[in-house]
Amino acid sequence: MSNRNIGLAGTIAGVALAAGGAAFAGFLSQRRKGGDDDAPLYTRKQPGTDNAIVGRTVTIRKPRAELYKFWRDFQNLPQFMENVETIREEGGAHVWVIKAPAGQTVNVKTEVSQDRENEMIAWTSLDDSDIETNGEVSFEDAPGDRGTRVSLVMFYDAPAGELGRAIAKLFQREPQVQARHDLKRFKMLMETGEIATSAHTKDQTRKAKQQESGQ
Amino acid sequence: MRALTWHGTHDVRVDTVDDPEIINPRDAILKITSTAICGSDLHLYDGVIPGVLPGDVLGHEFMGEVVETGSDSTLKKGQRVVVPFTIACGGCFHCNIKQYSACENSNPAEKQDMSATLYGHPMAGLFGYSHLTGGYSGGQAEYVRVPFSDVGPIVIPDHLEDDKVLFLSDILPTGWMGAENAEIEPDDTVAVWGCGPVGLFAIQSAIVMGASKVIAIDHYPHRLELAKQLGAEVIDFRKTDVREALMEMSGGIGCDAVIDAVGMEAHGFAIDNMLDIAKQKIGIGADRASALKQAILAVRPGGRVSIPGVYGGMTDKFPLGALMEKGLQVRTGQTHVQRYTKDLLEKIEDGMLDTTFLISHRLPLEDAARGYKNFREEQDSWTKVILKPGMEQEKAA
Ligand SMILES: NC(=O)c1ccc[n+]([C@@H]2O[C@H](COP(=O)([O-])OP(=O)(O)OC[C@H]3O[C@@H](n4cnc5c(N)ncnc54)[C@H](O)[C@@H]3O)[C@@H](O)[C@H]2O)c1
Ligand SMILES: [Zn+2]
Ligand SMILES: [Zn+2]
Repeated sequence: MSNRNIGLAGTIAGVALAAGGAAFAGFLSQRRKGGDDDAPLYTRKQPGTDNAIVGRTVTIRKPRAELYKFWRDFQNLPQFMENVETIREEGGAHVWVIKAPAGQTVNVKTEVSQDRENEMIAWTSLDDSDIETNGEVSFEDAPGDRGTRVSLVMFYDAPAGELGRAIAKLFQREPQVQARHDLKRFKMLMETGEIATSAHTKDQTRKAKQQESGQ
Repeated sequence: MRALTWHGTHDVRVDTVDDPEIINPRDAILKITSTAICGSDLHLYDGVIPGVLPGDVLGHEFMGEVVETGSDSTLKKGQRVVVPFTIACGGCFHCNIKQYSACENSNPAEKQDMSATLYGHPMAGLFGYSHLTGGYSGGQAEYVRVPFSDVGPIVIPDHLEDDKVLFLSDILPTGWMGAENAEIEPDDTVAVWGCGPVGLFAIQSAIVMGASKVIAIDHYPHRLELAKQLGAEVIDFRKTDVREALMEMSGGIGCDAVIDAVGMEAHGFAIDNMLDIAKQKIGIGADRASALKQAILAVRPGGRVSIPGVYGGMTDKFPLGALMEKGLQVRTGQTHVQRYTKDLLEKIEDGMLDTTFLISHRLPLEDAARGYKNFREEQDSWTKVILKPGMEQEKAA
């Protein structure tokens, strides 16, 4: 499995293996209203697209600006994204180091495609990646003093062939589940300053377990 | 350390397990001085709550001395604290509106799916109460790790001994919230099913809240006697037609409020209850709700139904028609313990509430398995068991 082969697969953000920029743009514009009703596209029983969609919203009792700021610094994301080892800046792009099965890691390069301060951040993989990935996180005031509604939407499509099979394997962790867990951990970190664990001893902690299962 | 661990239905053992460590900044470690066995633990013991794994340390009613603190804990070494069984972060939407047992951040993310599938929403974290509620190690042990130690634990003044305050961890607030959910008014007749610890504290609370008459229902003579001593009138459901009696004792109107302090393992030989027992045994997740069904029939139209008793799954033949046609209000839930501890501690200090009448047995932690067995099989005389890790075996009461 080459570094360029596996996209953000297996990460919350990373799961996006998009069909292509055009489809994605159309999708984004439809994100809030997928069809005849007002429900988000990703909650439709049949989204009417060939590509898998992951979407999730959480409400976090913190101001929009604070959440946006934390997310915009991509190097913070591995704190709550279980499968992402590190994200580093490289000439304006971000290189994601993502855990893959059998102790391997894969790298993916993304750039921010849209950025509206305190409102939304969208990212997309660069052309020299074999896999195109797209994701968007948006921040919206919740009513009253409830804080901020944070929505994460991703779009992905596993390519055919050997690569597709490798990715399918990576996806055994189910992107929806991963996205849900990672967003919950983001919420925990923002609201409580830590990520809940029922570990009883230090070597039972999430990190330790992860490293083991990555072997 | 030594700790009471679950191994299967009716199989709990005191084993040697790893000592807990500080993991998150807001954690504290307690050295347990007293811990109790709860009616809720019996649901685990009887194997009717899913998601318990062999080796899990049980126990959600405990207190002790702070021996270690994380960098963001507000506790200090040496303080004596009682810990709410509901783990709450203090910072989420539900904690902010004081619905602590619905805390969104205390159940680890990767453990939330099971309860979310069962109930539509994940449950909060609870100590020692299955992986559905986080898989946290419980307090029937020498030491315990307490997350969010700046939110839950309440510091106890030195002059109040353990026996007086331990039940702030669960059953005292549970009985209180059970009565509060019944929205008791001065002229009310209130009926309480179950004279276990929760029922008895609900009775005591209902009387403090000014109910004109409280009627207690059970079949154990000693437990009914304790209810009587608190000021309740009593009904033995094995000898008396409960609904008939309640109608008569409430002047033909019906009870203004009813409290189910029995939960999912109701006793009784009604045919549907026997069917539910059979289903529970073969593990198809049916709750036995005979006390609740009776309560719904006994409450007056427009009355209130409060359910502190625990249910985990589905139930058959629920009197939904009675609920709707009589226009009943239902309130239930795991107790929002953090909401009540301060106030109830004051009531204990003022002598308004007594909790010690309930304690029938004090055992060393090493004898915990015997405590479980007897609390289940000798319910009449074993009303509440306290385990003391430091206690020598021969001194046991
Ligand atoms: N909501 C909460 O947060 C919370 C907290 C603690 C306990 N609980 C629950 O409260 C319930 C009671 O707890 P406990 O510690 O008092 O338990 P317990 O087992 O000691 O007491 C239950 C009592 O109910 C009586 N009973 C059984 N069937 C009955 C019937 N059909 N009619 C009348 N009485 C009947 C039993 O004889 C027994 O005395 C349990 O379900 C427990 O899980 C809930
Ligand atoms: Zn309890
Ligand atoms: Zn909370």
